[in-house]
Amino acid sequence: MLEIKNVSKTFNAGTLNQVHALVNIDLHIEKGEFVVVIGTNGSGKSTLLNAIAGLFPVDTGRIRISGVDVTKQPEYKRAKLIGRVFQDPFRGTSPNMSIAENIVLASRRGQKRGFNWALKKPITEEIKNKVKDLNLGLEDRLFNMIGSLSGGQRQSLTLLMATWLKPSLLLLDEHTAALDPKSGERVIQLTEEIVEKDNLTTLMVTHSMHQAANIGDRLIMMYRGRIIHDFKGAEKKRLRVDDLLDRFEQVRREEQLDESAADLLKERYV
Amino acid sequence: MTLLISSFTIGLILSLLAFGVLITFRIFQFPDITAEGSITFGASIAAILIVSGLPPLLASLIAFFGGMLAGITTGLIHTRFKINGLLSGILVTTALYSVNLHVMGRSNIPLLFETTLTTQTEKIGKWILGNVDKITLLGWDVTTKDLSNLVFSFLLICMVGLLIYVFFRTNLGTAMRAAGDNPDMIRALGVHEGNMIIIGLALSNGLIALAGALLAQYQGFADVQMGIGMLVWGLASVIIGEALVGSMQLGYKLIGAVMGSLLFRLLVAVALRWGLNPNDLKLITAVFVFIALILPGVLRKMDRKKERVVHA
Repeated sequence: MLEIKNVSKTFNAGTLNQVHALVNIDLHIEKGEFVVVIGTNGSGKSTLLNAIAGLFPVDTGRIRISGVDVTKQPEYKRAKLIGRVFQDPFRGTSPNMSIAENIVLASRRGQKRGFNWALKKPITEEIKNKVKDLNLGLEDRLFNMIGSLSGGQRQSLTLLMATWLKPSLLLLDEHTAALDPKSGERVIQLTEEIVEKDNLTTLMVTHSMHQAANIGDRLIMMYRGRIIHDFKGAEKKRLRVDDLLDRFEQVRREEQLDESAADLLKERYV
Repeated sequence: MTLLISSFTIGLILSLLAFGVLITFRIFQFPDITAEGSITFGASIAAILIVSGLPPLLASLIAFFGGMLAGITTGLIHTRFKINGLLSGILVTTALYSVNLHVMGRSNIPLLFETTLTTQTEKIGKWILGNVDKITLLGWDVTTKDLSNLVFSFLLICMVGLLIYVFFRTNLGTAMRAAGDNPDMIRALGVHEGNMIIIGLALSNGLIALAGALLAQYQGFADVQMGIGMLVWGLASVIIGEALVGSMQLGYKLIGAVMGSLLFRLLVAVALRWGLNPNDLKLITAVFVFIALILPGVLRKMDRKKERVVHA
């Protein structure tokens, strides 16, 4: 389904701000797998998602989605295969356009857009029904500007838009991080419902240990641009929040060890 | 009365300019200077073709396509070579100045003795009204020429406005609006936003060139200098229009642009009548647009201050 082979990305190469954001990443995701990605700040988890979505070209390696090599494809071309929800609720929807217009745009993701009237009756009906299923009470406000909605409402709609045409791969980039706990919970619930119903292959970055422990059937932990843990199947099911915190603590200690070792070396040799 | 009617007619013709500016400035947030070059480009193309004997309608259509070409050039420079939007427009406008001189072969072409859309409209008007030169309307004497051109411009603007509205409600047009509103989102939905900008610039400059073609025929000449300051005039119309209709919806914005263009022309005519030095016109327009651009921000600040005083 998703095959990432030996992908690396270095930002600001050759300068003082050089960052090895992704280092020789290998990752295979099967069809229908729901993979959760966690990691500390700067571990490369969002960079991984952005590399898959095509926001920047990778330095080495190949990325294939559903057998299609997308490594050289620009972002807008890959969009045919990928549905995305961003961390920032403002990025996923067009604020000065109505709910219906936003969704009708998503209903042609990756397809030709010609001179047909956009909001024809049948599609408008379909939009109304699916928005009603979200239980947000927005079905009577279809022609209101989306900018007047709350972040949680916008994320729910973005999720609906990203999955309107069943994507080969669904990328969720901390899509509840900017929401209050209650709306975040709601969006996560909706995510699980949709992913299960359509059996979507999903890659979700999260900052929440709770989500990481309870959602999905595979968990990847990243650190300094590498995948350091990969829990699958029964092992993933057994994982608890405490286990994850332990692992993080371990990483933190190793990091401190690294730093104190470096300090020690500095003292001795510099 | 003639003054009033002719300023309304020019206002209607320049609504096409306002439509063009509305598309670039309000839909794409792209301050497109190309407008100043393409309005003259449209006028030059129409003038030279009419003088060489082409039917005026065909000449005006070709002017429209010429304007589209100018817009596409600006769009390509901006999106393919990543040059700042304002600068792309300036480059194309500067180049167009030479192009316009070449098209016309000199700096000015008179059209007073040619068959133009203006004279053809007058003929149709006379035929409908039974071959009279003047009629009395609400107690005023109105020449058939003035009246028929006013009606023709009005019908044309209604038609073009409707076409623009319909276009922006199609799948392509909706994607174009989204590209201006949220490029991140539209890319994630599989649209090349650069291409949307190019189509928008083409449409906008086509309309502006058509405005130039019609204006040249109405005023009876094309001049290489006629584009100077036109972008700010178009902007003034759009801003007045927004204040008049006060709506974010596309249909109202289009109607607002026409109303703004009419009101602006009327204000200019009245000011000139009252003895405003025509040389000051562009200065005053620029100051007006400046104030209109900063006014919303200033008002908001004053509101906040008032609130603070109330809270204290």
